[in-house]
Amino acid sequence: MSTSTILLIILVLAVLAYGLGVVTAKRRAAASGEKLHSRESYYGAFALLWTIVPSAILLAGWLVISPVAIDEAVREDFPDLTTTETVTSDGLAMSMVKSIASGLRRLDDAEYQTVLSDFSTLRETLGSKGVPLAGDGEPFMLEAAIHLNDWSDTSRNMMSTAVLALAVLGLLFALWRIRPAVRARNSVERAIMVALVGASAIAILTTVGIVLSMLSETVHFFRSVPPLEFFFGTVWDPRFAATVGTTSSDGQFGLIPLLAGTLYIAFVAMLFAVPIGLFAAIYLAEYAGPKFRSMSKPLIEVLAGIPTIVYGFFAMVTVGPILRDLSLAIDGMFAGTGTPFIQAQSVLTAGFVMGIMLIPFVSSLSDDIITAVPRSLRDGSLGLGATRSETMKRVILPAALPGIVGALLLTASRAIGETMIVVLAAGVAARLTINPFEPMTTVTVKIVNQLTGDLEFNSPQTLVAFALGLTLFFITLGLNIYALYIVRKYREQYE
Amino acid sequence: MTDMTVSGPVPEQKKTTDAMTTSQGNGQRVWRDIGIKRRYRAERRFKIYGLGAVLLGLLFLAMLLSSVVSKGYTAFQQTEILLNVTFDQKVVDPRGKAATNERVLLMVNYPALANAALAEALGLDPSDRKLRKDLSGMISGGVRTQLRDMVMSDISLIGQTRPVWVLAAADVDSAFKGQIDLSVDQSRRKVNDRQVEWMNTLAASGALEKRFNTGIFFNGASSRPEMAGMGVAMIGSMYMMLIVLALALPIGVAASIYLEEFAPKNRWTDLIEVNINNLAAVPSIVFGLLGLAVFINFAGLPRSASLVGGLVLTLMTLPTIIISTRAALKAVPPSIRSAALGIGASKMQMVFHHVLPLAAPGILTGTIIGLAQALGETAPLLLIGMVAFVADFPATPMDPATALPVQIFMWANEAERAFVERTSGAIIILLMFLAAMNITAIILRRKFERRW
Repeated sequence: MSTSTILLIILVLAVLAYGLGVVTAKRRAAASGEKLHSRESYYGAFALLWTIVPSAILLAGWLVISPVAIDEAVREDFPDLTTTETVTSDGLAMSMVKSIASGLRRLDDAEYQTVLSDFSTLRETLGSKGVPLAGDGEPFMLEAAIHLNDWSDTSRNMMSTAVLALAVLGLLFALWRIRPAVRARNSVERAIMVALVGASAIAILTTVGIVLSMLSETVHFFRSVPPLEFFFGTVWDPRFAATVGTTSSDGQFGLIPLLAGTLYIAFVAMLFAVPIGLFAAIYLAEYAGPKFRSMSKPLIEVLAGIPTIVYGFFAMVTVGPILRDLSLAIDGMFAGTGTPFIQAQSVLTAGFVMGIMLIPFVSSLSDDIITAVPRSLRDGSLGLGATRSETMKRVILPAALPGIVGALLLTASRAIGETMIVVLAAGVAARLTINPFEPMTTVTVKIVNQLTGDLEFNSPQTLVAFALGLTLFFITLGLNIYALYIVRKYREQYE
Repeated sequence: MTDMTVSGPVPEQKKTTDAMTTSQGNGQRVWRDIGIKRRYRAERRFKIYGLGAVLLGLLFLAMLLSSVVSKGYTAFQQTEILLNVTFDQKVVDPRGKAATNERVLLMVNYPALANAALAEALGLDPSDRKLRKDLSGMISGGVRTQLRDMVMSDISLIGQTRPVWVLAAADVDSAFKGQIDLSVDQSRRKVNDRQVEWMNTLAASGALEKRFNTGIFFNGASSRPEMAGMGVAMIGSMYMMLIVLALALPIGVAASIYLEEFAPKNRWTDLIEVNINNLAAVPSIVFGLLGLAVFINFAGLPRSASLVGGLVLTLMTLPTIIISTRAALKAVPPSIRSAALGIGASKMQMVFHHVLPLAAPGILTGTIIGLAQALGETAPLLLIGMVAFVADFPATPMDPATALPVQIFMWANEAERAFVERTSGAIIILLMFLAAMNITAIILRRKFERRW
């Protein structure tokens, strides 16, 4: 029985349980003359929970544990692999056994018998059924595959029986329990409460998952590359120049050029976004009429809703070439070297486009903060004869400053973590330069580069991505927590 | 600020309008310059800066959209050529085996049929070798599968002639749309003069025209620009959105209900709060790393599957949904709660029977906005292997698939000129989806928003 069939049967049982629960509760109440403690539907839900919850837990547990257990048992059957020639690792043998096992299921009886009697036909027969094998395999694998199939069939049958039996038992137990005096509502509500707490724990689990998964891979990485070389190395060249055997792999995984590129591009982006965003927020909060505001504020916020890949493409095919041609024209006017001094992929291109993306973040966050400054401060200043701009510069902005700084920090953390724009517009060459017209690369670009395409999970080239990710996570975490702290503290000040 | 004393007659006052009168003890009027003019100028400047910033923001938006639209609208039309293809028995089935063995039909040189038909339409001799290369350069390589599928589905076509619309090659398509500069020397462009001439002849006779491009919506990945479509990506994105909706909405709502209605104010809930706010600001690529390490490496789920993509996007969308749901719950006035509790509802009944239904529009709006964010997300999907060349439609969420933004990323990296148009077209499609979702959210909010 497939898992989905089992789930379907449990579902049917659950509906049945609900109905029976309601009916039983009514009948028992009528028979005993007592009033039901809870409304009937709660007795239905009570029976339903008893039917679903224990059996679902058993099902989930079985599905997780049985493949591992069977895997282990099959491996025990393996002969000493050092004596065989074609396969050298346990994992490789296991994956072959698995494909043989899945292939065997597609054979009809006659083919099955042939394969059993003549091992050499195995690869060809399976290949014709659409299951390619990596090699000819060894006879023991066929045996192991047959065991694997047998065991998983047995396990599946046992699971189906056990789970369905438990569902029926749960249903019967609940029906037996139902009496007018039973506090069905309280039990059901307790169950719901557990679900609610569980749901909110997922947020914590995600963070823990992020930290743990990246930490374990990072530790793995630091076994082959010392942390000092990673954090303070100034050369990024993940391809091992050194051959196996020699250990001179120094400096190839240097974080510094990537971090410098990340911060530089984020800085350029903030250079564009902060003045424009701040002035836009001031204008919208203080000067704009209600009509203009209700038109232009959502339009500017559209910029925040556009996916970053679109910005990346815009930078790559529009902004980059324009800047390059512009620099060529300027160059033609003054120096005449005939080469553009701004390259199409550059810090400036990526920073500028990222700046556009950040404008709405700066403007809506600052707008909220500026409008949150109490009316009395503003009225006081205006009443003393200050102009609006003076009120803004001397009274409101200083009062809103902590909040705005918080908003800018949040924006900066977004700029640092931004990926698609820099992947398409900043270039991939990791180098240290202060010329904004040249390409630089960022932490996020390198994470993408190291993890796309074919990858092997235990080479430092792949694992370094997790070390980079962890660094990125902690940088943004620090910025976010500090920013949220400032914003929150500031908000309390005026509430 | 300079003080000046004026004791002149009345007309003098008009000259110094930017001054203020103060009376002094001896009854003499004193004019003190407080720089009104200068201050008003500063005021105007400040206002202009502000307006300029707003307009600059709007200008950038206009530039972005117009750049995409102007490059991309042509992608929805595709140049096609009407050919009278003769399914010549000599080419298709020289030994007459097709009736018994369909497999012979797989290997036939179908492009030759199309080339012959094109030569006939142009009144040329198809046996001329020099011409043949240019001729086949006019027609998309996809003609092979197109004609094959026709013959395979209806063997009686062999020996007959049928009018067929076939796709023009990408370069001809670009030339016909005017995207290739025809004034440069023919050696430096991908269509030569002869092909341009043919193109014009065919266009004049009505056998070559731009028709609506359905392929971009329904085809899978292809290395030929004229054949490439976003069908697989759309299905993949749809699966992912369904998974996000099915997981993130209930979990998010449940978590918010707990935090907003039941949770005691203590360190634990404080920690969860900080955590959720922080998760909302974690770079999306970090979620991709999490997905790679946990779902693929640890749990052994298949790479490139929309299931994994959906799970990663769920984790990403959860904070957004939780934050907006909590705001919606908070907006329900306490009087509703007190009333429910007052007539004997349990706390759970109060929440599920009264507060939640009233907060539903707000929750729905937040969810749609969260989904729209997830739909446009690219970076985490790159890491879990969704950058894959997938030509077959995924039947289940466990099959390899791509997503709309990832498809855009892959096309953006293609070198061929014709892919720029495709990419922009794909972006237009993505933006349309996003606009539709956001407009729905706005309409819902307008319609159901209640001010208490």
